[in-house]
Amino acid sequence: MAAIFSALICGLVFGFGLLISGMTDPNKIFGFLDVLGRWDPTLGIVMAAALLFAAPGLLLARRIGRPVVGDQMRWPTKKLIDAPLIVGAAIFGAGWGLSGLCPGPAIENLASLSPKVFVFVGAMAAGMIAHDAWRLGATYWQVHRPEPVG
Amino acid sequence: MTPFDPVSAAIGGALIGLAVTLLMLLNGRLAGISGVMGDLLEPGTMYKGWRVAFLIGLIAAPLLAKAMGYAYSAPSMPESWAVVIAAGLLVGVGTRLSSGCTSGHGVCGIARLSTRSIVATIVFMIVAAIVVWITRHGMGG
Repeated sequence: MAAIFSALICGLVFGFGLLISGMTDPNKIFGFLDVLGRWDPTLGIVMAAALLFAAPGLLLARRIGRPVVGDQMRWPTKKLIDAPLIVGAAIFGAGWGLSGLCPGPAIENLASLSPKVFVFVGAMAAGMIAHDAWRLGATYWQVHRPEPVG
Repeated sequence: MTPFDPVSAAIGGALIGLAVTLLMLLNGRLAGISGVMGDLLEPGTMYKGWRVAFLIGLIAAPLLAKAMGYAYSAPSMPESWAVVIAAGLLVGVGTRLSSGCTSGHGVCGIARLSTRSIVATIVFMIVAAIVVWITRHGMGG
């Protein structure tokens, strides 16, 4: 129960951060990405400020080693720069550039009850499920490779 | 669009960094939104409660802010339905394939000085900027 409550508070703080900084507004994202137009540095400032807190914060967390309410701290283990990382980032970048929405602001904007936001988040969920199903299938056929014929 | 406001941007960014730190200190999890949502959708994932709670907090933030008198309105999305659906699909597939989005790679990953995240962030920023360039200036614009 404590884990649920603390996650709720973290989500709220994260949501306030995105809202106050203007990141829930796709036009702010387009303003930053449109480097040849009227450039808006907001996204850069938001990321820099976030990093200023998250870098020492996560370093401190690693030193402490144990979470307050969870059983253990889960850190990413992948180290390799591989094709899925690059291709996936490129695919995500294309979708982000088309809509000005990344997952955080998209989910947060569900609060507006805007039908287009719901359709976007629905498509995003479908994309995630499709990817996971595809990867599950790919792993299955790697293990159960059909016998070569002839 | 609201005018450029570096103070609000810095305060908001600081709150995001604070939330990332808190979620690790308290729950032992990284606040990458595509991971929180994607793993929630995966049938095999255990501990779904905190994921739902985090996302509810995210959605509750603008509602609470609005109740306190803060101006929040629906985002402007002039794109066609087809573009909205295509963009959503691309964001879903891409973030799962690369294991992160703007928060997971761009904030949490870079904060940990992860080479993977630095590379991913550079790639999605460049591709997004190219797409914006094409849609705004490239096609007869």
